[in-house]
Amino acid sequence: MTATAETAPVLALGDDALVLSHRLGEWAGHAPVLEEEVALANIALDLLGQARVLLSLVGDEDELAYLREERAFRNCQLVEQPNGDFAHTIARQLYFSTYQHLLYARLAAAGDGSGPLAALAAKAVKEVAYHQDHARQWTLRLGDGTDESHRRMQRGCESLWRFTGELFQPLGGAQGPAEDVRPGSRPGGVGDGGLGDGGLVVDWAALEADWLSSVTAVLEEATLSVPDGPRRGAWSAGAGRQGVHTEAFGRMLAEMQHLHRSHPGASW
Amino acid sequence: MTGTPEQGHQEAAGAAAPGPGAGAGPGAEAGSGRTAGEWPLWEVFVRARRGLSHTHAGSLHAPDAELALRNARDLYTRRGEGVSIWVVPSAAVTASSPDEKDPFFEPSADKPYRHPTFYEIPEGVRHL
Repeated sequence: MTATAETAPVLALGDDALVLSHRLGEWAGHAPVLEEEVALANIALDLLGQARVLLSLVGDEDELAYLREERAFRNCQLVEQPNGDFAHTIARQLYFSTYQHLLYARLAAAGDGSGPLAALAAKAVKEVAYHQDHARQWTLRLGDGTDESHRRMQRGCESLWRFTGELFQPLGGAQGPAEDVRPGSRPGGVGDGGLGDGGLVVDWAALEADWLSSVTAVLEEATLSVPDGPRRGAWSAGAGRQGVHTEAFGRMLAEMQHLHRSHPGASW
Repeated sequence: MTGTPEQGHQEAAGAAAPGPGAGAGPGAEAGSGRTAGEWPLWEVFVRARRGLSHTHAGSLHAPDAELALRNARDLYTRRGEGVSIWVVPSAAVTASSPDEKDPFFEPSADKPYRHPTFYEIPEGVRHL
């Protein structure tokens, strides 16, 4: 199953939401406290709702979620990373929800310019604002908490840092990054954000700058140091958008898909 | 946002990895029934819509007020139940004792004139 130039960015965003939703769902029954378990499940359900809308724009949502092979998934590698400890999960949430919030805010602001994504973006931007707040609140408490919570939060931030560069690869059509994503090259009057023929019309450099300043502010307030490892280049990760995934993703997919594959067409 | 984030972090510090000396949370000072390492209990009040009062929805554990508010949002407003939430440390609630039931509540039993049943309620007045 391949996505066309028009649907490739939608598929990527849908896969991000689907995969992170599943990862967060893995906390059910394992979260540190009952209240937090419900909080994580709520976030997972928000993301699953987004995934359903996005994947339905591309094709049959069940087929896309349950019958695709690993290489056909276009999610970024950040969201497929295992949960680790709670701090690790929160670091992943901080990085991803900040990105999602900035991106959906731009798409929502573009209104009709976002085409089929407009309605979703308008709804999702409120959901992810809460996800970002949740991640921020916990980052502050773990970072500025005990020695152990600080150490674990710092470790989570460090180990996921190399996956964050991928978030800002332009989501172009199937042929790769679109040419019209650079600032100033857009048709006059089109704002920052939208869905064009060649992919998402977003000023990715500005998005990344906003992301970096937002994440930096939270980390500094939490008394954490901003990781200094590479975020792109040969020593960073990030080919999820091209269908290359990390080792743990295959096992996650096996668990996510096995029921549907064992009982094709089954329903409640 | 309510409360003071600065204060919030410090309070949560004890709760994040509780141990000896932990427990500087808002409910800690009163802490009745609170065992070491457990987050304080909060009472949650939810206003269903404008014009109604906040009503007690339940209780929950949280390390500080900010997170109690968020936990309350996740636990008690999942199905569109609320437009506003209050959280109050359970330890801050002073409750009447069952022993005081008679002196507290019996005397009102034989005073029916205190009920507003002798008035006509005008049409269109709701929530009365």
